[in-house]
Amino acid sequence: MLNIVSSILDIATPVSASSYESIATSTVGSGGVASITFSSIAATYTHLQIRGIGRSNRATPADMDSLFIQFNSDTAANYSDHALRGDGATASATSDVSYSQMEMYRIANVYAANVFGAQIVDILDYANTNKYKTIRSLGGVDNNGSGMVALNSGNWRNTAAVTSILLKPAVGTLFNQYTSFALYGIKG
Amino acid sequence: MAAGSTYTPIATNTLSSDTATVTFSSISASYTDLVLIINGGTASTGNFYVRFNSDTGSNYSYTALYGTGSAAGSTRESSKTLLYINYYGYGENNLNANTIVNIMNYSNTTTNKTLVARANNTGNGVNANVGLWRSTAAISTILIGADFGGAVNMKSGTTFTLYGIAAA
Repeated sequence: MLNIVSSILDIATPVSASSYESIATSTVGSGGVASITFSSIAATYTHLQIRGIGRSNRATPADMDSLFIQFNSDTAANYSDHALRGDGATASATSDVSYSQMEMYRIANVYAANVFGAQIVDILDYANTNKYKTIRSLGGVDNNGSGMVALNSGNWRNTAAVTSILLKPAVGTLFNQYTSFALYGIKG
Repeated sequence: MAAGSTYTPIATNTLSSDTATVTFSSISASYTDLVLIINGGTASTGNFYVRFNSDTGSNYSYTALYGTGSAAGSTRESSKTLLYINYYGYGENNLNANTIVNIMNYSNTTTNKTLVARANNTGNGVNANVGLWRSTAAISTILIGADFGGAVNMKSGTTFTLYGIAAA
């Protein structure tokens, strides 16, 4: 346990067995929601992790959606991101600069019944007020013949402690029912 | 916001000899996600795979992103009878590989099940996989084996540990 949490976050120093705590969960009901927000996040942890499954109402057939992330209600162009992606045929890379959110590839869309993408997002040193915030994620969706897996990173050019996190679909206007994201805190 | 400690060890297994499969059964539905940690490798060239709930039907698929040390690529397989969690990230007749598998929302009975995994081995490469099991059943059994167009043993000394993460 000690080394497992450390290895997931690539941290050199082991953490204690009780250091991984569930903070909050949001599961989407019928009708969907435009976004999910975790707010009033205490500064008592060292790192945060978001784990979940996602699906949007994006209707484009045979395609997927992505997860947008914003911090502290900042909608200005203070974000950037990079991704290394595999679509089943080729590996590719992409990035966004001076973006108004961080894009994490991929979640599912309505194309495939009952299929949800998965995202695990690490938000490192989120309460530190001396440096910009960096995140990374492992995410993807497989639709039995289509899909994508990706390694993502993001940066928020702000030294404020992260106290709220907004999640929304990149293209779709709603998260579909049963989309569920949970926030965890990891103590140092 | 509520907070509670989680990331709970459920079961572990260390191979004392080269072995075909390992099974974790009677998995409680009381968690949200499962994390399977494999440290070790295969007795010969082969990828680790998982099967859920003894399902041997063609209900699995995966998409992989990999690096071989000289090239990056991506591949996928569909309607498989097993779900690869490695692709170049396996330990080939050595124990120098890690595979971390996140089985998301495994106990809900509404959605098909998606996993994301990362694996690495200094001798072969590194990969990230996303996999799908086309079943809405809660996962109560995980079988782990190795395959390379046919069954491959997993190497003695390989460790398997299963953790549960419960959301608030």
